[in-house]
Amino acid sequence: MMKLSRRTFTGLVGFAGAASAFGLSACATGPKVVVVGGGFGGATAAKYVKRYLPGANVVLIDAAKTHFTCPFSNTVIGGMNSMAFIERSFDALANKYGITVVTDMVTAIDPVTKVVKTKGGISFGYDKLVVSPGVDLKWGALEGYDEAAAELMPHAWKAGPQTALLRKQLEAMPNGGTVMISAPGNPFRCPPGPYERASLIAYYLKTQKPKSKLIILDAKDAFAKDKLFKEGWEKMYDNIIEWVPAAKNGKVVKVDAKAGVLETDFDKFKPAVANVIPPQSAGAIALSTGLADKSGFCPVDPNTFESTLHKDIFVIGDACTAGEMPKSGYSASSQAKVAAGAIAAMVMGDKPAAMSAINTCYSLLAPDYGISVSGVYSVQDGKIANIKGAGGVSPSGANYQFRKKEADFAGGWYASICQDTWG
Amino acid sequence: MASAKIKVPETAKKGEVIEIKTSITHDMESGQRKDANDKPIPRRIINTFTCKYNGTEVFRMDLHPAVSANPYISFFVVATETGKIEMFWNDDNGEIYTAASSITVS
Repeated sequence: MMKLSRRTFTGLVGFAGAASAFGLSACATGPKVVVVGGGFGGATAAKYVKRYLPGANVVLIDAAKTHFTCPFSNTVIGGMNSMAFIERSFDALANKYGITVVTDMVTAIDPVTKVVKTKGGISFGYDKLVVSPGVDLKWGALEGYDEAAAELMPHAWKAGPQTALLRKQLEAMPNGGTVMISAPGNPFRCPPGPYERASLIAYYLKTQKPKSKLIILDAKDAFAKDKLFKEGWEKMYDNIIEWVPAAKNGKVVKVDAKAGVLETDFDKFKPAVANVIPPQSAGAIALSTGLADKSGFCPVDPNTFESTLHKDIFVIGDACTAGEMPKSGYSASSQAKVAAGAIAAMVMGDKPAAMSAINTCYSLLAPDYGISVSGVYSVQDGKIANIKGAGGVSPSGANYQFRKKEADFAGGWYASICQDTWG
Repeated sequence: MASAKIKVPETAKKGEVIEIKTSITHDMESGQRKDANDKPIPRRIINTFTCKYNGTEVFRMDLHPAVSANPYISFFVVATETGKIEMFWNDDNGEIYTAASSITVS
């Protein structure tokens, strides 16, 4: 054992002092930041925390080896792209950015001792934790719709095997079959999603199975970009798509997956293919950690996305309640940057910058027909709100060239956000 | 103008509380609106809804101009005996729309 002389002792103190003066980046044991979930929110958060705090020890945990994106999954369902097109690898996050990527399922979070535990039996301590689990489906909230039913009537609302299953059912369906989509009430992931899906399935039917029909049974009377969708449907899918709003008894109240039956208050339907998009809540881990309120989603500080229920845990993406921001991949990625900035500021002892976030949702009605809505958000009166006059919606009545251009922009948007998130 | 849909359980146990659901397509024109030429659009709503169970009135409801188009009404009734359950929607113009269903009580 080394004998400490007065000189070496003061030397050590001096070293420690210098290290803290250089800030955390020079320190071998930087802050521990754990991120749960490798989707648009989680992967972006991990990358940007590492950018802002190069000395931080950043761990990203996801149950899957790769991530299938929900954006553009409707093009897979419509037969325009393959599953590989929407599959994203975590390799660059690990190799280029020095993030520790762990393939394991997070089974518990202890917000008091600040430890994350996985199914594989590993524990990760954290100084700051980002929880970005997306949504989980509320099994049983729609009578008869549970995990077994989803194997017969896919939801395809979490991209992956469910996406492939719905595509397979559509391919197997005879020409002349009826497809039904059951759309949920608000709030849910990707508000224009069910209607983009209806459009792209209709495109497939029109080109491959022209005797077929698609009926949307809706729990709502209005939906995101509805005027633009209806305009496009009238133009392209007049004899294919029928939308039944809640006021006309469109709300599905019960399903019998084995019999293939969807039930509304007054009618029973037996479509060839049923896509049931059930009610949703924040991901299971957010619920079991006690991060959600009665709404099933997680309240957060609008400036930082830190949970209002547990300190040092930041909830971003579809799982959080973010005022007027829709639940979308772009929102999640934008919120991730806000949270990463706030985490860096807090670690450095600074005040987080004013919150500013953006969102754009492109929807395709056909491979060459796109529409969009975009928004810029700030905190107004303590809530995340749309800045008036910023952003906007595609114009109605635009010509073919305009819609075609927006479809091209949608492709460009997807390539660039995937690069920003996982590239 | 109106088409009604109802849902009544086909069977029930004596004394059981059953839910009845009804829906009817109707504009429920309030009388407050004006047309393109600034002329008032006359009121025309369903003003009363009644439900009879084997001829006896078991549920009645008055509707007013604030009720939205396509009124959806659901209510509960105690299943007492096998028989006929009838619904009546009274329109301002004097028409009465009806729907009926039978129930077996054991």
